[in-house]
Amino acid sequence: MQNHRTFGPRGLVFLAVLLAAAALVPASSLLTPAGSALHLSTYAVTLVGKYLCYALLALSLDLVWGYCGILCLGQGAFFALGGYAMGMYLMRQIGARGSYANPDLPDFMVFLNYHSLPWTWWGFSSFPYAVLMALAVPGALALVFGYFAFRSRVTGVYLSIITQALTYALLLAFFRNEMGFGGNNGLTDFKDILGHDVRSDGTRAALFATSCVALALGYVVAAAVTGSKFGQVTVAIRDAESRVRFLGYRVEHYKTLVFTLSAMMAGMAGALYVPQVGIINPGEFAPANSIEAVIWVAVGGRGTLVGAALGAVLVNWGKTYFTGAFPEYWLFLLGGLFVLVTLFLPQGILGLVDRLTARRRPGPPAERPVAPEEQVLPRPVAE
Amino acid sequence: MTDPVLTSSLLYLDDVRVSFDGYKALRGLSLVLAPNEMRAIIGPNGAGKTTMMDVITGKTRPDEGTVFFGGSVDLTKRDEAEIAELGIGRKFQKPTVFENHSVDTNVALALKAPRGAFATLFGRAARDAREKVDGILRRIRLWDHRARRAGDLSHGQKQWLEIGMLLAQDPKLLLVDEPVAGMTDSETATTAELLREIARDHAVVVVEHDMAFVRDLGVKVTVLHEGAVLAEGPLDRVSADPRVVEVYLGR
Ligand SMILES: Nc1ncnc2c1ncn2[C@@H]1O[C@H](COP(=O)(O)OP(=O)(O)O)[C@@H](O)[C@H]1O
Ligand SMILES: [Mg+2]
Repeated sequence: MQNHRTFGPRGLVFLAVLLAAAALVPASSLLTPAGSALHLSTYAVTLVGKYLCYALLALSLDLVWGYCGILCLGQGAFFALGGYAMGMYLMRQIGARGSYANPDLPDFMVFLNYHSLPWTWWGFSSFPYAVLMALAVPGALALVFGYFAFRSRVTGVYLSIITQALTYALLLAFFRNEMGFGGNNGLTDFKDILGHDVRSDGTRAALFATSCVALALGYVVAAAVTGSKFGQVTVAIRDAESRVRFLGYRVEHYKTLVFTLSAMMAGMAGALYVPQVGIINPGEFAPANSIEAVIWVAVGGRGTLVGAALGAVLVNWGKTYFTGAFPEYWLFLLGGLFVLVTLFLPQGILGLVDRLTARRRPGPPAERPVAPEEQVLPRPVAE
Repeated sequence: MTDPVLTSSLLYLDDVRVSFDGYKALRGLSLVLAPNEMRAIIGPNGAGKTTMMDVITGKTRPDEGTVFFGGSVDLTKRDEAEIAELGIGRKFQKPTVFENHSVDTNVALALKAPRGAFATLFGRAARDAREKVDGILRRIRLWDHRARRAGDLSHGQKQWLEIGMLLAQDPKLLLVDEPVAGMTDSETATTAELLREIARDHAVVVVEHDMAFVRDLGVKVTVLHEGAVLAEGPLDRVSADPRVVEVYLGR
């Protein structure tokens, strides 16, 4: 019954920054001359665009983990499926420009002696269809998987393990040539998206702006969901699942719905990621990717949405730097970071910010009785 | 199904048996509760009181026996959420509230309203919801604490909040497991008053060890021992029963 300020001041700043970046970054990349102090290279734009896709993935994970207690260790699977959907569209756009110049079949199919397009590829010449599939396929998988897992009351570590198994199974499946998705090599050598060269500066800037808007929309949806009574129920499930059942809520329905929504969000992130990096292959299903996403959320602040996005950007920025400077130490650093955050910053970076600002702020108004410890300790769920 | 005792009952347990890995927690428990009745259940630790509540609320499936609600609904075929929706509310032995929600949100989540995932995602709270929550907060003496995080309440206040959540659910039958454990004497007296108030328009089953509290309630008492009913009647009569004395003092 709290007054739900759906976004809160932090959320509004987050949205403002994203929308400003959507306008200013492409402007700086396209309108200022190279060498100008205001100029951003296409390389930088694409790099940050990639971080934004990771941020959307982190946001989707925070929705299930931070707000419903489902530690999904297979979130990368939904991201990769969304990526494949977009990759298939991009493959179809190559048309007869492939090495085999076959107008009907992508190169890898010609190479593998396909005679016609498998049914799984039907419709992927259409951009709207590909976008729909980037949402629907991860969503449908999460719906079916979640329904059975949650109905059987698989929770905690067991659930985490089977989500990890899910992404691993998909990894193995997509490696197989018979699956018809390019096997080991995946999908690459993209040429056009919506009639524009994927590698051109203008397309890169547009993809960046789209990623900003998608992240902003993802945030708006996540904030609306977590701010609704539905969100209060999922937090209650996270904290005391069986109590929620005895109140008459069907816990499995809530979990399935939030899991499905989150998978669709992850799928969208993957769909935006692929045209920016220019390739999608089974490696995206690697369990390690999903675990990294968990670390981003933990570092930024679980159950804060904005923190999850921030964590994804910061950790990946660090990764870009360290894998360049000291490639052999990055994994140790990442592991160490996770241990440190778990031990000393259970609420992540945003929790730390809350703690520091709460110390400085004067006490709250007298109308609301406040426990003394509440003034210094962060709340597990901010906003 | 034509048994008049069954059809006129609100809750009907007959020869219920539950065992955990061979340990028989309930051994032929039978109990009948009339609509709007308040009943106190006493019995030593391990007598099966909590297990009985688990059976009624669908947490534990009995190995044998019948459990009917309202004379016709077989509770052994339903799950927790269905049973809650039928109108059976439960307060746990260990107070269980949603620690990270405010006190008023806890009550609001329990409030009788559509429980479906889409209903709570897209629906709006009923116009009188606020009033109902406020009324309950006053009744459970937590009005001044309504905006606090429930996890920051004292143990006694959490117990009251859980009773408030039961009130919000407005069930036909309330199952209350050891509501005064760990309470001070004055908190205990307040709780007894609260439960008597609730019993005016709800059927209530209270499990409690505290004899002074049970005396305060002034209702029919059922004594459980080793998973079955040992005695039943007014407190004065059952406490004079030599078998009851034996169970309580003879250990
Ligand atoms: N889930 C369970 N698994 C194994 N044994 C249980 C379980 N629940 C209860 N018991 C056992 O059943 C007996 C009755 O327990 P309980 O109903 O909690 O008693 P009471 O509430 O009367 O103290 C105890 O001996 C307890 O150890
Ligand atoms: Mg007990």
